[in-house]
Amino acid sequence: MFRSFRFLQQQPLWLTSLFSFGFLLLVWQMVVTWGKYDRFILPGPLDVWRQFQLVVADGRLLTHSLYTISEIIPGLLIGFLIATPLGYLLAKSPLAERFISPYLIASQAIPVIAVAPLLTIWIRSTYWARVLVAVLVVFFPILVNIVAGLRSVPQEYYELFHSLRASQWQIFRKLEVPAALPVLLAGLKVGATLSVIGALVGEFVQPKSQGLGFLLITARYQFKTDLVFVVLLTLAAIALSMYGFIALLEKRLLRWRDQR
Amino acid sequence: MVTKKVVMDKTHFLIVRDVDYAFSDGKQILSHVTFSLPQGAFVALVGQSGVGKSTLLRIVSGLLRPFRGEVLLNGRSPHEADPSIGLVFQHDNLLPWRTAYGNVRLPLELRGENGLQAHERVQAMLKLVGLEGYADSYPAQLSGGMAQRVALARALVHQPSLLLLDEPFGALDALTRERMGRELLRIWQAHPVTVLMVTHSITEAVLLADEVLVMNGRPATITHRIPVPLTRPREENVEQTAVFQECVTAVRSAIQIS
Ligand SMILES: Nc1ncnc2c1ncn2[C@@H]1O[C@H](COP(=O)(O)OP(=O)(O)OP(=O)(O)O)[C@@H](O)[C@H]1O
Ligand SMILES: [Mg+2]
Repeated sequence: MFRSFRFLQQQPLWLTSLFSFGFLLLVWQMVVTWGKYDRFILPGPLDVWRQFQLVVADGRLLTHSLYTISEIIPGLLIGFLIATPLGYLLAKSPLAERFISPYLIASQAIPVIAVAPLLTIWIRSTYWARVLVAVLVVFFPILVNIVAGLRSVPQEYYELFHSLRASQWQIFRKLEVPAALPVLLAGLKVGATLSVIGALVGEFVQPKSQGLGFLLITARYQFKTDLVFVVLLTLAAIALSMYGFIALLEKRLLRWRDQR
Repeated sequence: MVTKKVVMDKTHFLIVRDVDYAFSDGKQILSHVTFSLPQGAFVALVGQSGVGKSTLLRIVSGLLRPFRGEVLLNGRSPHEADPSIGLVFQHDNLLPWRTAYGNVRLPLELRGENGLQAHERVQAMLKLVGLEGYADSYPAQLSGGMAQRVALARALVHQPSLLLLDEPFGALDALTRERMGRELLRIWQAHPVTVLMVTHSITEAVLLADEVLVMNGRPATITHRIPVPLTRPREENVEQTAVFQECVTAVRSAIQIS
């Protein structure tokens, strides 16, 4: 038993991924076949596949996916651009931390889904209201990671730079950025998957005409459960690609970590 | 501020005069610390753990400001623009995201020195510490002794006039430590610089230094200055000589067991 596990461990990632995905499909199909579920309750992989081909052919999947992606990426970027300077301020200034962090922490007790309707009242543009929901979701984990990353820079490194009379800007560029980068990228990875959820929450609150969330709700009202599955799998694929992209970035930027 | 005569005095290259220091919690650590080092000297600083050796080194380097008293390096305060100090800590303190080469190059980069000349200086320093083949290795790939050599090369690359070492070999095993001591002497002879080195090892202090300063008390001060009358370069079996043993005994009895 263990020997066959070791055999699997030696295979490349894509092969094991393919294997586990195939296994998942098989189990799914078996559940559907033996459980004799109605197609509207639980469609099988083949039903979903047929539906997938249909929405790809008529272009609907691509249109709605692109629309949702166009909300996810600005959401992640804007969240990152706001969280970074704020995180730097919080890590550097005990006063700022005292004044701001209680609100930040309290704000995390309120689920985004509860705030989102407010945003749609305040913001006229459907698109920007959805982007803002994504921003709100990714903002906090990225912020927390930036603060943790900066706090983890050893005091002795600062002493080294001070003893060499480095300027604030040099300390930022040559010490704080590279030292905080690993934790920052870890935060960005979490943020990347969360941004997909954020955009979707935004679309649920504002289910107007466009986006995968809209497609999902429409499919549900029409009892097209197989289409619901297509949308879910597409969302998962988008989240996985975003994660993979940042993991790739991480591998390039943190090459020094692999040298052991 | 006391008006001071700027004297370029080779026998008083580093002057520490009447320095007091207390941390923000009010506990006084140093009281009336006074000593001076001639240019090019190699001086060891010993004392019990927690007595304030690292604190004194930080004051000399300008990282901490003394409460009272003054520090003059070549007639100038170490806070002034270009103190030209090299610093080595107990743990190598290398930046893990930079290669050995990149770490040694850092002081030059921070001074805006780039180009071929800087490159050649870094190469020469790596060669001096015997690591020319490891320029592209990351700190995680180096042994403790190698990493400490890189830290030494980094501390010397910008040609400082004062080298401050805080238990530089404290994290190494006994054998490596001994070798690194000899290595340090070789580098010091090739690369004249005034050295102030904190160490926990009395034999290491006597083996390397011209003079051993002993810190005692709470708050602490320099209570003894013990000269080491051994010739340089040190002989191979110097540790067995009577003079060496006498020095070791003198230093040991100077450190008060409280
Ligand atoms: N940041 C600080 N705040 C308050 N007290 C401190 C601080 N740093 C050090 N101390 C205290 O100052 C005293 C001297 O510390 P220092 O590190 O200079 O000792 P040391 O002689 O270098 O000891 P060791 O040989 O163990 O390294 C210690 O009692 C320590 O508790
Ligand atoms: Mg110390």
